[in-house]
Amino acid sequence: MAKGGDVSRERVRSAWLFLAPMLVVLALVAAWPLARTIYFSLTNATLVDMSRYSFVGLDNYLAYDQGRWYGVLTDPQWLAALRNTLVFAVISVTLETVLGVLIAVLLNHSFPGRGLMRAALLVPWAIPTVVSAKMWSWMLNDQFGVVNDALMKLGLIAAPVAWLAEPGLSMASVIMVDIWKTTPFVALLALAALQMVPKDCYEAARVDGVHPVRVFFQVTLPLIRPALAVAVIFRLLDAMRMFDLVYIMTGTTDATITLSVFARRELVDFQDVGYGSAASTMLFFVIALMTVIYMMAMRPDVDGRRR
Amino acid sequence: MAHFNWPGPRAWFAAAIAAVLVAAGTGPARAAAPVEISISCAALGVELKLCTEAARRWAARTGNRVKIVSTPNSSTDRLALYLQMLASRTDEFDVLQIDVVWAGVLADHLIDLSPYLGAAPKAHFQSLIRNDTVDGRLVAMPWWTDVGVLYYRKDLLAKYGYAPPTTWQEMTRIARAVQSAERARGNARMWGYVFQGRAYEGLTCNALEWIDSFGGGTIVNARGEITIDNPRAVAALDLAGSWVGDIAPRGVLNYDEESARGVFQTGDAVFMRNWPYAWALAQGEGSPVRGKVGVVPLPKGDPRGKNAGTLGGWHLAVSRYSKHPAEAASLVAFLTSAPEQKARAIAASYNPTIPALYDDAEVLAANPFFGALLPSLESATARPSRIAGPHYNRLSRDVWRAAHDVLAGKPAAPRVAQLEADLDRLKHRARW
Repeated sequence: MAKGGDVSRERVRSAWLFLAPMLVVLALVAAWPLARTIYFSLTNATLVDMSRYSFVGLDNYLAYDQGRWYGVLTDPQWLAALRNTLVFAVISVTLETVLGVLIAVLLNHSFPGRGLMRAALLVPWAIPTVVSAKMWSWMLNDQFGVVNDALMKLGLIAAPVAWLAEPGLSMASVIMVDIWKTTPFVALLALAALQMVPKDCYEAARVDGVHPVRVFFQVTLPLIRPALAVAVIFRLLDAMRMFDLVYIMTGTTDATITLSVFARRELVDFQDVGYGSAASTMLFFVIALMTVIYMMAMRPDVDGRRR
Repeated sequence: MAHFNWPGPRAWFAAAIAAVLVAAGTGPARAAAPVEISISCAALGVELKLCTEAARRWAARTGNRVKIVSTPNSSTDRLALYLQMLASRTDEFDVLQIDVVWAGVLADHLIDLSPYLGAAPKAHFQSLIRNDTVDGRLVAMPWWTDVGVLYYRKDLLAKYGYAPPTTWQEMTRIARAVQSAERARGNARMWGYVFQGRAYEGLTCNALEWIDSFGGGTIVNARGEITIDNPRAVAALDLAGSWVGDIAPRGVLNYDEESARGVFQTGDAVFMRNWPYAWALAQGEGSPVRGKVGVVPLPKGDPRGKNAGTLGGWHLAVSRYSKHPAEAASLVAFLTSAPEQKARAIAASYNPTIPALYDDAEVLAANPFFGALLPSLESATARPSRIAGPHYNRLSRDVWRAAHDVLAGKPAAPRVAQLEADLDRLKHRARW
C-alpha cells in the first residue's frame, strides 16, 4: 500500500467491477429467494391468498400454547424426516464413495474394452432421475417386478418382497437406487484424480516392494483425497436435498420422507407458506451446518499435507 | 332424458356473450370469435379418452377449440399442481376437474357458476350441490360421483360355494379360504384382498370406510369434535392391519387405485376395494377377468353395523384466472349435462350425479349394479372436508399416516390415541 496506492486502488476497483455481475446474479438467484423464504417463515401466509398475511414471529418454528408445543421443531414428522435425511445422506454417500473409488481404480488399469466400460459406466448418471425412479419402481414392484422374479427364480427368496412398501425396506431400496445412479459420478471424479497421480510414486513403491494394498492406502488415497473431498461435498449437499427418488418411489410415508419432501408437502399440498418456509429454512440451516462440520473435518488433512 | 329444458348451446352462447359484456363493459368483439378453452383431465383408466371425446363434441357444437391438459393420476399430486398453477394466477387452465373434497380448498380461485347454469343444478344430487356451494357461491358442478365398492370374483366364490360377504369378518374368512385353496392348486400369486394402502388420500377413504362401517364414526363429527379414539375405530383398524401379509400382499402399503386394479384385473385377487370406474375396465374386452366380476356395497363392520362407502367423485370448476369464463362455463354445463353423464355411465360406468339417470334403462343395462348402488350413494360417508375447510389435507394426512402405521404392523389402540392427539392439535391450530 505504501507505494503505488493508486495502482492498488485501481486494482481493487477493477476487482469489484469484475465481481459485480456475479454478485448481482447471486443476489438475484440465491440471496433474494433465501431472504424471502426466511421472511415468509415468520408469517402465516398461505398459497390460497398470498396478499394477506401477518407476522407470527417464531411460531412456525417453535411455539407453546395451552400446554402444547407447536412448530416445525416439535413436529414428529419433521423429526422423522430429519432422521431419514441424515441416514440417507450418510449411508448413500459413504457407499457411493467407496464403490466409486474401487471402480475408478479398476478403470485406471488398461484392459481391452476400457473405453466402452467408461462410457457404459455413465449410463445410470445420464438417465434423468424421474425416469430411473419410475423404472426402478416397476422393477421393484411387489407383484410384477423383475427383481422379485429374478430373486425367486434364483431361489434367494420364497415369496415376493414389497421393496418399496415395507417400512423396513423402502429406505434401503431408495438408497440402493441412489447408489446405482450416482456412483458413476464419484467414480468419474476419482478416475480423473487417479490419472493425475505421478507414475514415479508407484514406481518408487514397487522398487521398495510395498504391498499393493498398502500402496493404495498410503500413496493413492492421500493423493486423490482433495478431489474426493470435492466429490463427497457435492454428493453430501445433493443427498441432503434428496427429493425426486423418494417422492416418486415411495411418496410421503414416515419411513422415507425427507426434509425436502416434507417442506414441499407443507408448502404445496397444505398451502401453508409460513410453515413450509420454516421447514425450508430449517433445511437450509441443517445443510449449512453439515457443510461446516464436513469442511472442518477435512481441513487439517489438507493443510497438513500442504505444509 | 325428456325433462331437460335447459338452454341449448346457442342460447348459452348468447348468454355467455351477454355476461361478458356486462362484466367487462368494453370490447366484447373477441368473445364472439372462437376461443380455445383448456380443460384439465385426469388419466385414470379411460378418463382421458372420455374427457377428450366429450370436450371435442362441445367444441364441434360451439365452434370453439379445446385443449386437453393431462394431470397426474394421484389426486394428492393433482391438487398440488392446481394450487401451484392457481397461485401463480395462470390462465393455463380454464376448466378444472376437481375432487369432491377440494371445493373448500380451491373456492377462492374459482368463479361462481350459478349465473351461467340457470336451473341445471336442481337436477343433481342436492348433497353434492351443497358440497360445492361455498359462502353462497356455486364453485363447481358435479360431473360424476363415486362411492367405494367391493369387487369380487364371481367365478371363484361360486367355485368354493360362497356368497358375496356382508361383513368384513366374513370377507376376511372367504378371502383367506379362497386364497389358500387357489394357491394349493398352483396359483401361487393369488391374494385374497387388495385395496389402497399407500400413504395418500386414497388410504383416508379406505380407513374412513372401515371405521364408519364398524360404527366408529367419521373421525370428526358434524359439530367439529374429534371422535376417532373409540373402541370401534380401533377394532376396525386392527382388523385391517391383520389383512396385510395375510390376505393382502405387503405391497398393498404402496398401492393406489390403479395398482390394486392391476392385481385384481390380472386375476390375482379375490376381492378388491375400488371406485366404480374399475367395473367397465374389468369387464372390458381383453380383461382376463371379464365376465367373472361382481360388485356389492362394502361390507358392514358387524351384522348390526352399516355399509359405509366413502363419497368420492369429480366435479368441474372454472378458474377465476380464465380469460374466457363464459365459454368455460358453457363447457362445464355441457359436460355435466344429463346426456353427457349418461354417455359416460354407459361407456365407462361413471356414476351420474343426476338421480333421474339411475332409472334409465340403458344406463342400468350397461351397469347392472347401479340400481343397488343408489342407496350407497345416497348414504355415502363424506370425508370431513367441509368442517376442516382449508385444513382438510392436513387432517387427511394425519389420518392416512395413522392408518398406514397400523397396516404396517403397529397396534391400533395406541396409534389411534395418538391420532386423536394429533387431530386435537390441528383443530386447536385451525380453530374449526
